[in-house]
Amino acid sequence: MTKDIREDIAWAKINKDVLKSLEAPRKLYWVIIFIALAMIGVAVGCEIYQYQTGMGVSYKNNSHVWGLYIATFIFWIGMSHSGTLLSAILHLMHADWRKPIYRFAEAMTTFSLMTAGLFVLVHLGRVWMFYYALPYPSERWIWPNFQSPLLWDAMAIFTYLSSSVIFLYVGMIPDLAICRDNIHAGWRKKLYTLLALGWEGTDRQWRSFRITYLTVACFLIPLAVSVHSIVASDFAMSQQPGWHITSFPPYFVAGALYSGCAAIITLFIILRYVFKFEEYMTLPILKKTARLTFAISMVWTYLNLIEFASVWYGHDQASKDVLIYKATGHYAPFWWGMMFCGSIVPLTLAFKRFQTNIPVLFVVSILLNVGMWLERWMIVAPTFANGYYPWTWDHDQWPSFVQWGIVFGSFGWFALLFMVFCKVFPSVSMYEVKEMVYHRSQASKKNGLATKGAH
Amino acid sequence: MSQRHVLALFTNFDEAGAAIAELRATPIKGFSMDDLVLKSPIEHPDVEAVLGDKPVHVQWYTLVGSILGGLLSFFLISGSQASFFAQLKGGKPIVPLPPNFVLTYEMFILGGVFITVLGFLVCAGLPAKRSPLYSAKVSEDQIGILVKGDESAIAALKAVFARHKALEIQEEAGK
Repeated sequence: MTKDIREDIAWAKINKDVLKSLEAPRKLYWVIIFIALAMIGVAVGCEIYQYQTGMGVSYKNNSHVWGLYIATFIFWIGMSHSGTLLSAILHLMHADWRKPIYRFAEAMTTFSLMTAGLFVLVHLGRVWMFYYALPYPSERWIWPNFQSPLLWDAMAIFTYLSSSVIFLYVGMIPDLAICRDNIHAGWRKKLYTLLALGWEGTDRQWRSFRITYLTVACFLIPLAVSVHSIVASDFAMSQQPGWHITSFPPYFVAGALYSGCAAIITLFIILRYVFKFEEYMTLPILKKTARLTFAISMVWTYLNLIEFASVWYGHDQASKDVLIYKATGHYAPFWWGMMFCGSIVPLTLAFKRFQTNIPVLFVVSILLNVGMWLERWMIVAPTFANGYYPWTWDHDQWPSFVQWGIVFGSFGWFALLFMVFCKVFPSVSMYEVKEMVYHRSQASKKNGLATKGAH
Repeated sequence: MSQRHVLALFTNFDEAGAAIAELRATPIKGFSMDDLVLKSPIEHPDVEAVLGDKPVHVQWYTLVGSILGGLLSFFLISGSQASFFAQLKGGKPIVPLPPNFVLTYEMFILGGVFITVLGFLVCAGLPAKRSPLYSAKVSEDQIGILVKGDESAIAALKAVFARHKALEIQEEAGK
């Protein structure tokens, strides 16, 4: 239980085990795919209904102009930060325990961003008008407002999505070459041959690869911070009560890392079982992820308290009213639910016995993400319900089934993309696990604890 | 004289490293160390010590990409804002620097990432055609040394590989 991974795993076995995941997953895989498709069906049905009937069916109105769509958009953007944390930040910190699990975290980043992007379209209602959001001049040569955080948002998310896809792909090239060399002829072999770009693992290729991976990782860290800071600016740069808060950008970034880490635990447990990765996604690695999540949850709790304190002592009565309204008004059950799931439930992770208890961790990780989704909803909705002017107040608004259906379906969409990716591409990085095994066995040899290994 | 390729496979880095060290120490007529390629399933930390320093230029692409991305963004945005010069701005600048910095920053990163990857492809020689000799074992668990030399040097090269316990030696006529 003390070692992250066995040091005597033969390299050929690593290839074999991971390649097997591309062929024969457990039956649960197909159950997940079926459920995901059913969820997408619900969302597509709701979207068609909304598209044909009009945005009124979502019960959004003049007060509640953003609703669940933008709350969920922020949730999915936040979820995407896990890949950057595991791939880039921990890579720079030489935390090699991340190696067996960073690939799927990177995939999570990419698919979360894709899911978030869908909500911009759904929120627009008139999907065919999407091109209005692109920065190009109108027929009167008036350009979009480059001083608006909404435009920054579009640019930041495009940059983050394209950089994440590149980072995921570049990091996968050596593994794609392994797939190319080992998969039997067919469409997969053609795909891997094309994507591997003729990689042969030469010293020249490895040298360039190392520098490139490190450089893109260095770029991704400030990028991830800027993306969620800019999303926070959508709120903080407005004058609305409850949003105009200095600590919003770091609060959003901490929330993003938090929900991402919680999602990593959920998917870690699912992938470990579905693809039989027990030997690579080990309990000590799960324990480290749980501890990391606990640490971030405490940062998030601290920033939450900072936010409440700055509102309470800030002498802005309207903001204070919104805070009181959150805690005692119509949204109180959800606000307290957010506090419970986000700050109380993670205390479970402080206990050693639960840090490797898979059923407990599975439930806790899902509750954490429920809390983080509620957090986004509690940022968006109460301010609209209880703004500056009493004649704009709308305390009775409740999102329609159309909004709920589309939010529900987005989880199916994410699950489908993610599970298909894990079936088509290696979700454990073979070459990095080999490096991990190699370095650890070398370290053991130096310490006189040599174990019998291939290398 | 026609040239041939030889690929030797080894079980570990120590033996492959020793073979390369011997090739470096023993001059073989018709063979140059520049014609040696090491292939491995992982990036070995000691490879540079064995092969000697070979500079990588990817970071220059990064620098150029970042600067170009940032400049392109700043001037595109400022250029479009400058088209408002005839409008009343209420004393505010035509080209406001703080908000423009945000988009410049994003494009700085975007340009850096895109051009870094372009640099990677150029520096790593990708996309590439398959080498004259290739073994899938190299992507699994063996270390390969691919050399190119005159026909007269082949016997000496093979002898060096055999001395260092090469698992397998493949030979093929070069172009």
